[in-house]
Amino acid sequence: MTMLRITGGKVYDPANGIDGVVREVCISDGRIAATVDGGRTIDATGMLVFPGGVDIHTHIAGAAINFARAMTPEDHRRAHPFLHTPLKRAGVGGATPSTFATGYLYAGMGWTTVFEAAVPVLTAKHTHEELRDTPIVDKGCCVLMANNEILLDLLEAGEMERAKNLVAWYIWASKCYGVKAVNPGGVAAWKWGKDAKTLAGSVEGYDKVTPAKIISSLAQIVDDLGLPHPLHLHCNNLGAPGNISTTLETMKVLEGNRAHMAHLQYHAYGGDDWHTIRSEAPAIAEYFNAHPNLTADAGAILFGDTVTITADGPWQHLLYKLTGRKWGNLDVENETGCGIVPYVYKASNLVNAVQWAVGLELLLLIDDPWRIFLTTDHPNGGSFWRYPEIIRLLMDVDHRRERLAKLPPKARERTVLADLDRQYTLSEIAIIISAGPARALGLSQKGHLGVGADADVVIYDHDPDAARMFGSPRYCIKSGQIVLEDGEIRETPQGRAFIVQPGYDEGIEEFLRPLFQQYYTMSFDNYPVELERIARPELRPCL
Amino acid sequence: MITLTLKEQPVVPLEAEVISPDALGALASDELRAQKVFLGKRQYRLDEFFEVEGAGGDELEIRGDARQVKWIGRGMTRGRIKIAGNVGMHLGAYMRGGTIEVQGNAADWAGGEMSGGLIRIRGNAGGQAGAAYRGSLSGMRGGTILIEGAAGMEIGMRMKRGIIAVGGAVRDFAGLQMKGGSIFLLGGAEIRTGAWMSRGTIVCLKPVQLLPTFAYACDCNPTFLSLYARHLGTLGISVPHKTQDGAYQRYSGDASVPGKGEILVWQPRP
Repeated sequence: MTMLRITGGKVYDPANGIDGVVREVCISDGRIAATVDGGRTIDATGMLVFPGGVDIHTHIAGAAINFARAMTPEDHRRAHPFLHTPLKRAGVGGATPSTFATGYLYAGMGWTTVFEAAVPVLTAKHTHEELRDTPIVDKGCCVLMANNEILLDLLEAGEMERAKNLVAWYIWASKCYGVKAVNPGGVAAWKWGKDAKTLAGSVEGYDKVTPAKIISSLAQIVDDLGLPHPLHLHCNNLGAPGNISTTLETMKVLEGNRAHMAHLQYHAYGGDDWHTIRSEAPAIAEYFNAHPNLTADAGAILFGDTVTITADGPWQHLLYKLTGRKWGNLDVENETGCGIVPYVYKASNLVNAVQWAVGLELLLLIDDPWRIFLTTDHPNGGSFWRYPEIIRLLMDVDHRRERLAKLPPKARERTVLADLDRQYTLSEIAIIISAGPARALGLSQKGHLGVGADADVVIYDHDPDAARMFGSPRYCIKSGQIVLEDGEIRETPQGRAFIVQPGYDEGIEEFLRPLFQQYYTMSFDNYPVELERIARPELRPCL
Repeated sequence: MITLTLKEQPVVPLEAEVISPDALGALASDELRAQKVFLGKRQYRLDEFFEVEGAGGDELEIRGDARQVKWIGRGMTRGRIKIAGNVGMHLGAYMRGGTIEVQGNAADWAGGEMSGGLIRIRGNAGGQAGAAYRGSLSGMRGGTILIEGAAGMEIGMRMKRGIIAVGGAVRDFAGLQMKGGSIFLLGGAEIRTGAWMSRGTIVCLKPVQLLPTFAYACDCNPTFLSLYARHLGTLGISVPHKTQDGAYQRYSGDASVPGKGEILVWQPRP
């Protein structure tokens, strides 16, 4: 039994109402305990003690990110190399770090739980293989559903009960934890060279199926199945000027259901075109603040090189046309698609400057930190290892204004960031990086330091520069094991994989099998991910 | 001056990016000998592979057959490297200034993504001289590469600025996806010269088989070429440019991009 005592540190544990109180944190057998007798003691006097970070939306494993890695060797050449050591595997950092490096980088800044946000069932095996090779962190994933043609056919036919069974079967077949909807109907339409830009219009190839119907049906199904995490939604019209109307309409469609709005920054723009784009973060925040059924992650952007990668194929094609750079496109049979475009966010670019401000505005204008979480939609808005830069921008209004002053004047006119004085407290940071996302994911043992919680703890040396402080913790403890000490990875344990098994009528397999034989390139029996393929699976209960 | 004499041919390529005036010029003799080179994934001291003489200064001389030694002069910004024999891949990659002179042959990727300085190769060069590394948007962004012998495939691939001049024949895809800069092919080229070029100039002094996506535009003797000829003349490269000697047939393309590059093919006056 591993025992550990952390003494003298200022503890920030907002889930338990503890805000910078000096107290002991005891760990026994991988969990927080009331007391321990024996074991190592870490003297954290003068240091800050946080629960381990939880990333609710990232892209770190699977076919799409791997395609992005393959497409950007130039990024790997300039990235930080991870040399092979007796403890660590070789790898590269950069915009799309390799699998092992991803684990080291997350733990290296104190994040201990990460959720891969977009997994097609067809390539879920690949995703789980890569997650298996992502050490230290616990993980889970969301299965892509909103463009699955078998599901859309059922919605067209009005067969909601069968659709519910199908979704439940898909979740278990993919060994996922939640359901993700990306550009509902738009990716299916992309296969016809079209998109789904209005919520009420029929999806290409269907009469009765509209994006609104897909969204409301999936949100209802997720709630009916009692999944711990609500529908994880990437709205239609991502990135487009004037998309606020779509986003607000989508939020209205979701009234009465729970939903998590992914990378909200990309869905909060006004204006008619790229020249007139402006922030609509205040309007989004106003609606959001009044609707507690919703949570969101910021999807903030940071200036610099990155790779954009999303199942939203039509958007990526547009981005490719805008940039003239490389473009990758994947068609995942009847399920979804994917596009990959390397991208550079430039402070001198009006659109990018507005995007940068919108991400911060949402984090500052949404009142309740328990409902808005820190992400960059890694790697889309910037790599996850740059989160500490955003934390500093949230905590230091002078630094924020200094950065804002360097943006094009038009960008400053079209955003409200200059008027926002709010500065995040350490406790609020603990909420948006850990306690909040853990709660939104329904992970009761994560994001806090109460007795019985997973002993995922980060200890920071106090530093007035928040970016430096959150970028290089003194210790990171994962399930009671010290995995990072003095900036060095000390242990690389295998993390757990969270999965759920919602109930479904087993007759759904007999419905699916002939469809598979007809439409898929893979045999039905080879389709589901075997439980044995998952490293340290932990079955989480449905509500 | 620092002299490095290769003791014996390494069994696998030796990665020695430390061999540059920037890295070695300011070091004392002991420090210089202890610099790290990689043989596969293992690190060794520089003096395990080279006899090291002298210390200090921005001039290096490499003696012996260094065909298995890679990355010499990587990223160098100043000084001079003289290589008495052959040299391995990636010579002067990412170089920003200074001069490298090779008496023998150079392997692939000489001057890859360089942005300044001069590389002169007296013998032959491999492929991808001045080219973009795989995945990069741009190759050479400045500087000059002079190859007196022949060169391999894809020289100047995606180059954006700078000059490459080759005295002997070059193989396929010279100036592939070229975005700017100038390539002088004095000894002819094999096929697909200038494929997907969007801008830039390729000057061929011998007849060349062009892609059908290059269209004949005119016969001309561009003024800028006389300036280039004068500059190259100071480097020992002779490029004809006088009307009484002949004219250049100008082909524009590559239309499949569509591009605004040009290939100038010299037609001597009969």
